[in-house]
Amino acid sequence: MAKITASVYTSHVPAIGAAMDMGKTQETYWQPLFKGYDYSKQWLKDNKPDVIFLVYNDHATAFSLEMIPTFAIGTAAEFQPADEGWGPRPVPKVIGHPDLASHIAQSVIQDDFDLTIVNKMAVDHGLTVPLSLMCGASMPEIAAGAKAAPVAWPCPVIPFAVNVVQYPVPSGRRCFELGQAIRRAVDSYDPDLNVHIWGTGGMSHQLQGPRAGLINKAWDNAFLDQLIADPEGLSKKPHIEYVREAGSEGIELVMWLIARGAMADVAENPKGVAQHGMAPKVAHRFFHVPASNTAVGHLILEA
Amino acid sequence: MALDKPYLDVPGTIIFDAEQSRKGYWLNQFCMSLMKAENRARFKADERAYLDEWAMSEEQKQAVLARDLNWCMRTGGNIYFLAKIGATDGLSFQQMAGSMTGMTEEEYRHMMINGGRSAEGNRFIGENGDAQAQNQPQGSGKKAH
Repeated sequence: MAKITASVYTSHVPAIGAAMDMGKTQETYWQPLFKGYDYSKQWLKDNKPDVIFLVYNDHATAFSLEMIPTFAIGTAAEFQPADEGWGPRPVPKVIGHPDLASHIAQSVIQDDFDLTIVNKMAVDHGLTVPLSLMCGASMPEIAAGAKAAPVAWPCPVIPFAVNVVQYPVPSGRRCFELGQAIRRAVDSYDPDLNVHIWGTGGMSHQLQGPRAGLINKAWDNAFLDQLIADPEGLSKKPHIEYVREAGSEGIELVMWLIARGAMADVAENPKGVAQHGMAPKVAHRFFHVPASNTAVGHLILEA
Repeated sequence: MALDKPYLDVPGTIIFDAEQSRKGYWLNQFCMSLMKAENRARFKADERAYLDEWAMSEEQKQAVLARDLNWCMRTGGNIYFLAKIGATDGLSFQQMAGSMTGMTEEEYRHMMINGGRSAEGNRFIGENGDAQAQNQPQGSGKKAH
């Protein structure tokens, strides 16, 4: 049987990708950030997943204003890194897992979450920056001459895109419950697969208007605390609090609740009955300001 | 009954909702076209001619030509779409975001390195934080006015 054994949370700031692609990781500005992910790269090698279910948002890349799916699951065999206007990132193409992705789509839709199924989609920095942070070369390896980007990603990835661009975005509550449904879907997949679920985006940042550059360290750290200890309570936080306290683009953090909802300690069976497992172990926690316009948060939780 | 829009009292912020999206449809779709290298080249060769191929309002075209991102936002632009213009110009996201504050690139970068803009005074319109309308523009842009 397939099992979700861990969840990973990280910001996906495009400038982090650019720093890796242009060989700037050892610069004074970037060093503290990348050092915060050295543990994570080793952890991923030691806890290698068979599949990563990666929750992210598209930034006007695959989805223009022609179509705005609230939840879109990528069921294709592969996904190309997109040209977002600066040229495509020099990173490996993303290999999908069509069989598990289709299984999850079927299960989750029958569980009342109306996903959009996507068989052709380029993936932008929202998806590739977390992969680079978790699977690229570590700081000591880069110092010894390694390239930041790997030749291939370590395993198949199922892209799961959430609309957080045009308001209203899905509520925290909806995201949390969707995570629970994704866990049920993975639990019902026969092959023995070790699945990780990642929630990305955030933390506090605002990219627009005279209020651009807003950062709220206290709010971000309270969010991390509550995500670990009381995700169900956190899921009730209204959108307006994200906007007011964490900036207009801080709303991306609702995506972290999808990954958190898929952990064992908050599991429910199809009848909504709690099947609660052990509280997750915090394998790693990191917070850093700034990366470009953004506060960077990162967690690894083991089931 | 009108829809609930609790985000209208956040200072210095335009939330990209369905109303803004309708207003900015062609402006944002023009921006999307800049994801193709050939379109970036055509736009750079003759900006006005390229803009005239799109069903944008004259005001939206003027806002793009002026590279005034706050103006673009008021006419329905969304920052993730507008970023394609910045990419075409070779700007980073930080340069684009900073340009909307009135600060110089150096001033904005300095603010971020020092922990970013505080939420204090910037949660509700009517307070007196640095993002409030009465305190624009910011940085050395202020002295010029």
